[in-house]
Amino acid sequence: MKIHEYQAKEILQAYGVRTPKGVPCLSEAEAEAAALQLGGEVWVVKAQIHAGGRGKGGGVKVATSIADVKSAATSILGMQLITHQTGPDGQLVKRLLVEEGAQIEKELYVGMVVDRETQTVCLMASSEGGMDIEEVAASSPEKIHKVFIDPRQGLDRQQALKLAEEIGIPLGSTEKGADLFDGLYRAFVDKDASLAEINPMILTSNGDVLALDAKMNFDANALFRQPDIFDMRDLDEEDPAEIQASKFDLSYISLDGDIGCLVNGAGLAMATMDVIKLFGGEPANFLDVGGGATTEKVTEAFKIMLSNPNLKAILVNIFGGIMQCDVIAAGVVEAAKQVDLTVPLVVRMKGTNENSGKQILAESGLTIISSETMADAAQQVVVAARGVQ
Amino acid sequence: MSILINKNTRVITQGITGKTGQFHTHTSREYANGQACFVAGVNPRKAGQDFEGIPIYGTVAEAKQQTGATVSVVYVPPAGAGAAMLEAVEADLDLVICITEGIPVKDMIELRHKMRSVNSRTLLLGPNCPGVITPDELKIGIMPGHIHKTGRIGVVSRSGTLTYEAVAQLTELGLGQSTAVGIGGDPVNGLKHIDVLKLFNEDENTDAVVMIGEIGGTDEEAAAVWAKDHMSKPVVGFIAGVTAPSGKRMGHAGAIISGGKGTADEKLEIMDASGISVTRDPSKMGVLLKSVL
Repeated sequence: MKIHEYQAKEILQAYGVRTPKGVPCLSEAEAEAAALQLGGEVWVVKAQIHAGGRGKGGGVKVATSIADVKSAATSILGMQLITHQTGPDGQLVKRLLVEEGAQIEKELYVGMVVDRETQTVCLMASSEGGMDIEEVAASSPEKIHKVFIDPRQGLDRQQALKLAEEIGIPLGSTEKGADLFDGLYRAFVDKDASLAEINPMILTSNGDVLALDAKMNFDANALFRQPDIFDMRDLDEEDPAEIQASKFDLSYISLDGDIGCLVNGAGLAMATMDVIKLFGGEPANFLDVGGGATTEKVTEAFKIMLSNPNLKAILVNIFGGIMQCDVIAAGVVEAAKQVDLTVPLVVRMKGTNENSGKQILAESGLTIISSETMADAAQQVVVAARGVQ
Repeated sequence: MSILINKNTRVITQGITGKTGQFHTHTSREYANGQACFVAGVNPRKAGQDFEGIPIYGTVAEAKQQTGATVSVVYVPPAGAGAAMLEAVEADLDLVICITEGIPVKDMIELRHKMRSVNSRTLLLGPNCPGVITPDELKIGIMPGHIHKTGRIGVVSRSGTLTYEAVAQLTELGLGQSTAVGIGGDPVNGLKHIDVLKLFNEDENTDAVVMIGEIGGTDEEAAAVWAKDHMSKPVVGFIAGVTAPSGKRMGHAGAIISGGKGTADEKLEIMDASGISVTRDPSKMGVLLKSVL
């Protein structure tokens, strides 16, 4: 789960990570009031959306007067902010963060991820702040320093100090750098984060080390024990179809194509998308109905797929294991009747109770193209989609 | 003629009093030698009771001591699954198979760290996996038994239904399986592709292996690089998620392309360069395997 920059900063502040003072705002008037409250002579007005690259897209503006703050807020609020992470339509900006300006001496990078190979949390830092870390990794990997953290010992102070030194924090400030790393790690572990990034982390002209930006993602599997994190979820930032699907415990992801897929199992669902593409089609979605698909879930899945105006055909691919084909077949028939199916439907069923499943489909009176293999089903659905104008 | 489990394996079900644990223990028992193999259940609050005649003990250690079981299967819900696996590790079982989906990554990091720090000999399979089956001998997990057929092909996969797909294709071509292993879809897990390939390589009753992967992480790459120099048997592969967008979690917690790493194309390329025959058509896994025999 993703959260906004201002929320990540609030979490990190509670762990002793220092940030510029700031106020989240929903309107121009609030932005103006925030700037007056913060005082000083320079402010930064930052769009709050879940995607990165906001500065390049025009979502971050520096203001040197209250009037500037107001006009920056006016221009950013309500804009469709397009960044390399938003997709071509961009994301509507509904929230701002107004912060005091900082005296930047140096921009640095710090990030934290779960390293799958070592099965530990990895702290990464670099002297190359403000840049995309993947670019740094590609162009000058020697500039990325890593510490793999022992989960029982926590972050070792000496390692943290050494890391601060390695990325060019001057000796007088390395303690402050190590404090930030320590706070970041404790927040990461306590809150079940899956990724954290402070880019840039800055050294100020008076030797402070601050998080100028902050990004945190959280482990969806741990939200049951992180109610305060769950409350930070912003549905405005999520795809409406994905929100609807999550209510029914369906794993759904919208894609750009026109062939809907309904599959049981994540691996088979991905493979189904792949085979559609292999035969010249484009999948409209990833959809795993899971092991315990009921008629209600299947019906909802159909509704979600059909709410996509680009949809031209649907492929149902079921490997009945514990889930029986006849149960799914009954669900598909019921769903197709309820939703007034307007596009061709190709069904491929295999496994437990396969024959009675096929019989239910055949006797349903629905126009269903039945298929034996994944490859054949994909070819059929691609042809069917082409036939729909 | 198998790896990890056979008809002589004795199994403890952790979470035997829950609906899922009961359902799958029941169906696993109905398969081949399941009746003799599933010998114990564990629930601290229901010790002394039984499930369909299987005695329930208060702890894994006690269940092991009383029955001689050396393998456990975990159906405990996510919040308690980490502790359940740790209990099995501390009881020094040979193998712990965790079916549970949705376990927090932090719990897995802590468990794996504890296992390493005490140099545990216990093998962990999963979590978030379908389990393991040695056809016509023993099924431990949630896979449909009837699609399997005894034989000499090993199967290892991160995905459940995609494993069944491969197994069904093999069976239809008359190619039985020595053992089919689901290693699970989580980012932090126990046995990886490389570990299972090593076991199949040493198993004199396995002739070739189907290795199925998906986007995210670098396990398939590591296995491929190892196989290039060490694997004496043919391996064929498929990777799911060629069309998966970057940065999105595709159902499985571990199936995510992050920072441009862990793409299907990258994995396929390294597998191909390592001498593993790969297909981009998931309906051709069985045919491909047959062609390399």
